[in-house]
Amino acid sequence: MIKFDAVYKKYFLNVAIKDFSITLEKGNIIGIIGENGSGKSTLLRLIAGLLNPSKGNITVDGEHVSREIREKIAYLTDQDYYFPYFTIRELMNYYHSQFSDFNITKAENMIDFLQLDPGTKIGHLSKGNRGRVKFLMTISRNAPYIIMDEPFSGLDPMVRASIIKGLIQFVDLSRQTVILTTHELKEVESVLDEAVVLKAGRLLAKSSVEQIREELNMSVLEWMEHLYQEEKRLKA
Amino acid sequence: MGIDFKPDKPIYQQIMDRISSEIIRGERQAGDKLTSVREYAVEVGVNANTIQRVYRELEQMEIVESRRGQGTFITEKQERLHQLREDMKRQYIQSFISDMQGMGFSVHEMIDGIRQSSEGEDNND
Repeated sequence: MIKFDAVYKKYFLNVAIKDFSITLEKGNIIGIIGENGSGKSTLLRLIAGLLNPSKGNITVDGEHVSREIREKIAYLTDQDYYFPYFTIRELMNYYHSQFSDFNITKAENMIDFLQLDPGTKIGHLSKGNRGRVKFLMTISRNAPYIIMDEPFSGLDPMVRASIIKGLIQFVDLSRQTVILTTHELKEVESVLDEAVVLKAGRLLAKSSVEQIREELNMSVLEWMEHLYQEEKRLKA
Repeated sequence: MGIDFKPDKPIYQQIMDRISSEIIRGERQAGDKLTSVREYAVEVGVNANTIQRVYRELEQMEIVESRRGQGTFITEKQERLHQLREDMKRQYIQSFISDMQGMGFSVHEMIDGIRQSSEGEDNND
C-alpha cells in the first residue's frame, strides 16, 4: 500500500504537488491521469524516491520513501535514456547484476513475446523497439511495485497494443501493483482497475473504473473531462 | 486485440454477457473448461482482476463451477443453462420493448412488425 499524507512538492517557486493525500491499494493497475503539467510525473518520482517531498509524508508498505525504496519499485522513466553501446542481452545482464529481483527467464520470454532480437545494440533500435526494451527491463523485475511514466507515449498503435498485452500477461497482480501515467486512455482503460485524476498538482478524484461505468455510465476519458468542467464551473 | 467495450457499462458485465451468449449459441457446452484467468485476460485484453471477477460472479449465478486444483467449468446442470437462455431472451426483449416504446410504438405494432420482418425466416426450424 502506498500512502501520501498532505504532501507538497515545490520546484523553486513552482508548486508541482499541493496538499496531496491518497491511499493506493495493492494488487491493482492504477492509472494516473490529467492534463500536461498537472503533476503526474512528479507524483511517480516521489513514489520512486527520486524526489523528496517539500512537506508531508509518503510511505510504501509502511516504510518511509528514500532512495533505498528502489529495491521495491521498478521504475520506467519517460526519458529516452538507455545505454546505446549495450546490446539488449548485455543490458539484461547488467540489470540482472544491479537488481536481485531481475528475472532472466521472464526477460527471455518477453524478448520472444515482443519480437526483439537480443543481439541488437540499443543505439540501433527504432523508437518503437526502444519503448519495448524499456518496458521489458521494467516488467522483468519481480518488484512489488511497478511504476511507469508514460510507457506508451510516442509509440505507434501496434507497439502500444503489444505493451498492453505484455502488461496483462507478465504482471502478477496477486503479488504486484502497477501505477502508470498515460494520455492513451481509450486503449488503456480496459486494463485499469482504478483511475486517479490530477489537476494543477491537486487530487481531483479517485475511483474504480468499473464504478465510473456502472454509476455514471461514463468512460474514464468522459469522466475526466466531466471533472475538469465541474472544477472550472466551481471556480467561475 | 480483444473486444471493443461499450463505454457506459462495466467491462466485467460485458464479458459475462459474452460468455453467456456463447453458451446459448452452443459454442460453449455444459462441462466445458474455461481458460485460465490469465489466458482469458490476454485473449480479451483486460486486466486479470476483471476476469477473476467475471468468473466469481458467474459462479455465484451457478453458471460455472470451480473445481479445486482443476479450474473453472461450465455447469452440467441443464436446467440452469436453460434458464440462462430464457433470462437472456427476456432481457433482450425487455430492452427492445423499452427502446421501441421510447419512439412511440405500441406493443401491438411491435408484434406486427416482428411478424412481417421475420416472414419466411423461421421455416427451417
